[in-house]
Amino acid sequence: MDLSRLHRISNWEWRLDPEGERRVPTVLYGDEGLIAEMDEKVLEQTGHVACLPGIVDAAYAMPDAHWGYGFPIGGVAAFDADAGGVVSAGGVGFDISCGVRTLLTGLKRQDLEPSREAFADSLFRTIPAGVGSTGKIVLDEIAMDRMLEGGARWAVEQGYGRAEDLDRIEEHGCTPGARPEAVSHRARHRQREEMGTLGSGNHYLEVQEVTAISDDGVAAAFGLALGDVVVSIHCGSRGLGHQIGTEFLREMALAAPAHGIALPDLELACAPIRSELGQRYLGAMRAGINCALANRQILTHLTRRVVAHFFPEASLPVLFDVSHNTCKEEEHEVAGKRRRLFVHRKGATRAFGADHPDLPEAFAATGQPVFIGGSMGTPSAIMVGPALRPEHAFASSCHGAGRRLSRHQALKQWRGRQVVDDLRERGIIIKSPSMRGVAEEAPGAYKDSTAVVEAAHLAGLSRKVATLEPLICVKG
Amino acid sequence: MTKPTEGSAVEPHAELFAHGADVGVRGVGPTRDAAFEQAALALTSAVTDPTCIALQQAIEVTCEAPEDTYLLLDWLNALIYEMAVRRVVFGRFAVSIEGNRLYGRAWGEPVDRARHMPAAEPKGATLTALKVAVRDDGAWVAQCIVDV
Repeated sequence: MDLSRLHRISNWEWRLDPEGERRVPTVLYGDEGLIAEMDEKVLEQTGHVACLPGIVDAAYAMPDAHWGYGFPIGGVAAFDADAGGVVSAGGVGFDISCGVRTLLTGLKRQDLEPSREAFADSLFRTIPAGVGSTGKIVLDEIAMDRMLEGGARWAVEQGYGRAEDLDRIEEHGCTPGARPEAVSHRARHRQREEMGTLGSGNHYLEVQEVTAISDDGVAAAFGLALGDVVVSIHCGSRGLGHQIGTEFLREMALAAPAHGIALPDLELACAPIRSELGQRYLGAMRAGINCALANRQILTHLTRRVVAHFFPEASLPVLFDVSHNTCKEEEHEVAGKRRRLFVHRKGATRAFGADHPDLPEAFAATGQPVFIGGSMGTPSAIMVGPALRPEHAFASSCHGAGRRLSRHQALKQWRGRQVVDDLRERGIIIKSPSMRGVAEEAPGAYKDSTAVVEAAHLAGLSRKVATLEPLICVKG
Repeated sequence: MTKPTEGSAVEPHAELFAHGADVGVRGVGPTRDAAFEQAALALTSAVTDPTCIALQQAIEVTCEAPEDTYLLLDWLNALIYEMAVRRVVFGRFAVSIEGNRLYGRAWGEPVDRARHMPAAEPKGATLTALKVAVRDDGAWVAQCIVDV
């Protein structure tokens, strides 16, 4: 990216002023190296977002931002319904409520070692992963409606987990305002056999070791200590979310002229929040969020069953569950005034600081955990919401490292079997149904997550707490 | 599948093109129908090697859209849907577009994870880089980014 077009606000914050159709500034977070490495398309796409009606404050890009469709991945933008603000299917993405849930095991790495291989095999056999995989739970129409309304709460009621899990999930595991009737027959059909499946691509279940602690107090409050083993599950709303995104993206693009919205690019398809279409999308999207929360809850249950067989003493409490592809109605202070806003985070994590009223009680003193995913061979990170107010970018932080090479480029550069063998030499067991998938997801295809985490920390988006290194990765 | 029309120098072919986190699919052919068929083949090649797919079963797809770009979007999304709910992969396609309606046929087989080694599953075709156009050399191009 050409830095000469940007104003340097600090070493970690860069700004492009409003001009022409852009109603608000464009703000990018990251050190000079990360910004320079970002695709020019990130600035272009963030700039397009800045043109949308009712946008408030600024269009933001996180340190891991990269070229997406519509909004960049790593994009954050908030809209005010009272000011003609919009909701955008492209601003949420196809994988509605894709996110990360981390489970504490109470185990140390040495506890794992004697049975690590068999444990990895058992996880791989139990967690449905990859293209064409199906879950064992098939939902009829009534059960589907209840799942879409109830989210993880529904899953717990069905026996997939414990009531206390819900205290460690955003919105206590059930997003209000879901409208199952706004979810099409095709979306439901696509989900029918996909409950409790991991998916493919960058989705994973990873067994990780805490290898560094950056904030002793917060780590202790989160139940993390050096050498601890945790399990992180990265997946989303599966076929249901994909189909909702597909259908509404098209409908919003076609309806934009009737709504009087001049789209700078078709891919920014959106509808006024106050319109019938906007409300219908919000209802369907919230049902999609609940589907993702239920899915991660079922995967938690399956994981616990495997762990119970190998390590009966481990109970696997949930540390937290955060989504990074959402639009949520939240209250934020903008220019000294509290406003209800619809905050789009696409490949960006909510990062509420301590005392935020929407946080579970467990995190009232610390702020919420923020999970930054790595890629098989690269570290993941646990961060925490910022200490200072007002929070940046509507209390948002990054979600992962972001790709350095496209899937196509990665496929030319690596062979899946070689990636698996190389990682095994480093002590990391990879289990995947697809060697091609492993090649496309090779650790080298991703940016250095350490630099992204450091930039988020220094920019004040979230604070470093712990570093996690992979031990076992079940890859879709 | 569509053969090159008389006088056309363009061989139908499917391409993938780079996109940050996702993948671009492009079909090129002497006719619009052929370009749509090749775009579908490119979609398959984002998942697996199309040449290793046995053409055991066929499905039919019909789409209707106000313009070519949306017709391409609908065609690819219909295939993504069929792949997801039937758990199949397709290796051959036939398209006939009449007015604003597309009549499509796709041949394939159930996913065999050992043989197909499917990589990322397509989530949906997007409006990004969406184009249906005639190139200077007379070839039709049909392309878009697919979220995987």
